[in-house]
Amino acid sequence: MDPGDVGLSTTLRANAPDPAHQDPARGGDPAAAGPGRAGPRTGARGRRGVPAWLGLVPFFLYITLFLLLPIGAVAVEAFRGTDPVTFATTWSTSSIAQVTQGAYRRAYLGSLELSLIAAVVAAVLGMALAVVIVNARRGRALRRLVLTASGVLANFGGVPLAFAFLATIGNAGVVTALLQNRFGLGLGGFSLYSMTGLGLVYLYFLIPLMVLTIVPALEALRPQWREAAENLGATGRQYWRHVGGPVLLPPVLGATMLLFASSFAAYATAKALVGSSVPLVTLQIANALSSNVVVGSENLGKALALGMVLLVGVVMVFYAWVQRRTQRWLS
Amino acid sequence: MLLVLGVYFIGPIVASVWFTVRRVGGGVTATYYSAIPGADGFADAFLRSLLLAVLTVVLVLLLMIPTVVLVELRLPRLRPTVEILTLLPLVLPPIALVVGVRSVLSWAPDYFYGTPLASAFYALQQPSLPWILVLVYGVLALPFAYRALDAGVRGVDLRTLTEAARGLGASWPRVLATVVVPVLRTSVLNAAFLTVALVMGEFTVANILGFTTFPTWIVQTGGEHPQLSVSVSILSLAITWALLLLISALDRRRPTEEAT
Repeated sequence: MDPGDVGLSTTLRANAPDPAHQDPARGGDPAAAGPGRAGPRTGARGRRGVPAWLGLVPFFLYITLFLLLPIGAVAVEAFRGTDPVTFATTWSTSSIAQVTQGAYRRAYLGSLELSLIAAVVAAVLGMALAVVIVNARRGRALRRLVLTASGVLANFGGVPLAFAFLATIGNAGVVTALLQNRFGLGLGGFSLYSMTGLGLVYLYFLIPLMVLTIVPALEALRPQWREAAENLGATGRQYWRHVGGPVLLPPVLGATMLLFASSFAAYATAKALVGSSVPLVTLQIANALSSNVVVGSENLGKALALGMVLLVGVVMVFYAWVQRRTQRWLS
Repeated sequence: MLLVLGVYFIGPIVASVWFTVRRVGGGVTATYYSAIPGADGFADAFLRSLLLAVLTVVLVLLLMIPTVVLVELRLPRLRPTVEILTLLPLVLPPIALVVGVRSVLSWAPDYFYGTPLASAFYALQQPSLPWILVLVYGVLALPFAYRALDAGVRGVDLRTLTEAARGLGASWPRVLATVVVPVLRTSVLNAAFLTVALVMGEFTVANILGFTTFPTWIVQTGGEHPQLSVSVSILSLAITWALLLLISALDRRRPTEEAT
């Protein structure tokens, strides 16, 4: 998911795990078939005898052609190689072998490191901000302000964000100039055109994203649970250890994982900000595709893309495993 | 902590506005903003992005409204499948998707040379109106559109409404047009705005496939005219934010609307 993609926040808000609402929503599937909602059923067949699933053919066709087919093409053609002499294409694992070494390996590690650190820092800061606004005593105005601002800022990604930071703390930035001319200071060795700089920029949309995702989960922690725990003599620590923590763990992990996926896939911000001076796998893919010089670089791009998909897949599987475990633990 | 975060979030916006309105000798100027409409290539790229946005909205709504309604009313068993497929683009890196799209498109000269299929592939890739972007943006917009529409469908008793309309003799297309869409108008608008905002800001796909859209134009211009590209960035932000604030205003109106 590219951070430049807009609207992520709104989806996440709807997507956020919300125990209070989850039951009717999730239970929607069986409930739809159960009493109350179902009404008299005519089966899966319409009055004129047209099967209902025919109506879903366009959807599945579209998904197959423009989502599954391209990904399948990447997965298959990553194993094709072009002979540098005869230009014949054959089955080969050379591209795959190549992307696990050298500069490409560094790019994967760079991307993983950057997105992992950015996601965790954003998750911690976003969580802290969310706790502050949920617990604020005169909270209504502050809460509305922070939530609206988050909704807007979470969508502030991609190219415009990069340029805003360039104008602020880039080489010719306003703040850079101010610090140098007025105070005789530099940015203290900090460079926007580095991994750290990129991370600082990513936080700008990741923190609001975290706030948006986690506030519904925090609000779903019912005060009665806390009161019940306290009446039974639990300390604050015990409450978080046995009640609050387990309830919040899946949504917090889910949100962090989305932050990770979104900074891992980020290309627009990095491209506009640092060109290709930083080892990131998205930048390497773009380089491989735009190179006309190296024979077989198209296949290299596919191998790199396949690696990205697999890494995201591993993270998703891990998340599903944690969620299943916590669910078993809760029940 | 609130103060630090506040400075962090407001700083870049204030600074970039200042970056575009300061004059070299001191004072304030709006020349960079007034230069935008006449800038080389701006009108072309901006209008193309706008057209792509409108076409993507039409595609996504035509595809997803019947799907969401059908899943809710007739095929609830397929809901998990549809949900997973529509949410997949949320975690799938767009750059991986576009690498795949590129390799599928390259089949035209490699395998289908001289067939009608190849001509169709080329027709999708006209630089003046790249339909392939509409089709790929549709995929990227699916999670947002689906969530918005699904929330709307769950908020109303669609079954009763459609059964009443069907009972009175309306055909399915008529039910969709005169009952479902009006009832879901807030969600439909929501989905449409999110899609427009996404298309107007999308860089990765257009850049990799080599088409000039509004965001790729901003980056191209950035090298030569930093002030211009920052002021255009601010402008595009203002547009996106206006759209998103409109959505949150609509969201807030919805509960009262439903209560009446």
